[in-house]
Amino acid sequence: MSTDVSTVAVQRIDLPLEEEMIMQREELLKCIQCGTCSASCPTAYAMDYTPRQIIANLRAGQLEKVLRSNTPWLCASCYYCTVRCPAGIQFTEFMYHLKRMAVERGLYPRGSPALYQAFVSTVDRYGRSAETELMIRYFLSRLDLVGLVKLAPFGLRMLLRKRFPLFPHRIEGRGDVGRMLEHIEGKGKA
Amino acid sequence: MTVYTYYPGCSQEVSTKAYNLSTWAVARALGLELVELDDWNCCGTSPSYSLREVSTFALNARNLALAESQNPGADLVTVCNGCFGMMDKTSRRLAEDADLREEVREALAVVDLEYGGSVMVRHLLEVLVNDLGRKAIEEKVTRPLEGLKVAPYIGCAFSRPSGIDDMEFPTALDDLLSWTGADVVDYPLKASCCGGILMMSDKQEVALKLVRDLLADAVRRGASCLATTCPLCHLNVEAYQGQVNARFGTDISLPVLFFTQLLGVSLGLGREELGLGMELVSAEDLLAPYYA
Repeated sequence: MSTDVSTVAVQRIDLPLEEEMIMQREELLKCIQCGTCSASCPTAYAMDYTPRQIIANLRAGQLEKVLRSNTPWLCASCYYCTVRCPAGIQFTEFMYHLKRMAVERGLYPRGSPALYQAFVSTVDRYGRSAETELMIRYFLSRLDLVGLVKLAPFGLRMLLRKRFPLFPHRIEGRGDVGRMLEHIEGKGKA
Repeated sequence: MTVYTYYPGCSQEVSTKAYNLSTWAVARALGLELVELDDWNCCGTSPSYSLREVSTFALNARNLALAESQNPGADLVTVCNGCFGMMDKTSRRLAEDADLREEVREALAVVDLEYGGSVMVRHLLEVLVNDLGRKAIEEKVTRPLEGLKVAPYIGCAFSRPSGIDDMEFPTALDDLLSWTGADVVDYPLKASCCGGILMMSDKQEVALKLVRDLLADAVRRGASCLATTCPLCHLNVEAYQGQVNARFGTDISLPVLFFTQLLGVSLGLGREELGLGMELVSAEDLLAPYYA
């Protein structure tokens, strides 16, 4: 589960901070390092850096270290940190920002975005999520055939209860969805 | 009569179809008029939002725009906490962020859609509790769920960050279940996290532990079943019980039902129309007394 960040910590590659990041920085300066976020986070125990440590690292200019950590990918989006923060920092939104930045820059623990990428690839084509194809794509992207086979009993039990989606549902407006997304991507603003 | 535009959400098509079936059945029984949004698309949920911001808002804006033109003035009602959270976030961000609004307006214009910002996004549970209310529901209860000890597992995204209920201890689900005559167990973990999408990812271990904690506490507090308001919560706490047991050496077998299914039983509705029997952890014995 843990990611080896010690090697990247010494590289100290200076990354250009995007405008978005600078905007977020102002928000980060409001942090009083009380640790309410970390204490509220149900997955903090498995993180390379807790939410409080993420902010401390960023204020010390350690963006790359943060982006290479497993922390953003362990956020389950429960929003406890956000609603409890005494400084009003929307930390869950911030985790989403970090995930996007990590993917844009290719800095993330190997495989972390794979499930999300498989998910959007079905949504973008069909207009709906396609759970079966999603899991097949995800395990294939990890070259994890054993994992895929291990899912079979689960799939079978779902199938017996008529809960196994065999075919994706394609919406009529899937072309529209595709054109909208293409337009946004074309502007470099995904 | 008030008409609501209904957005089922992808999971309700097959893997948690019981939620969709029981929603329609309960709505009919209570006289709540739902009209399904025609040709709706996926909300993108956290995976899409984790990878791209504007695109995810655009996906949701398409649904909002369709809702606005198909049923002007009607609220958009969903049964999934995840869809609700994503659509509610979109609606709020579009209202307060002019730059985003412009980006989204342009994207919608590409497919000849426009959104005027008039649609109110709501969760079915909140609609039942606030728009119908206690009296209207209690007077339709023909089969009170007396003796049924249920833990009200409402999960995260119903009230966080939306604020439509208390963000630490939401009570809407406790209230609704109590109107069915069920014995609602005090369940402090009711708004705690099930691990969400992590359960399907390489972080499954973390999610299994969260689910173990949720289930073990419900059992310790005497619950004989869990009620849910979200298909992802539902899948995590129901379908993964075997894996939880294998991983932690526990012996948990706790039926999990959608709140609409339990409500439907109390309204005198039949097993089939409520999608009962599709559980992986059987609820047949649990509900037998009410179908005797």
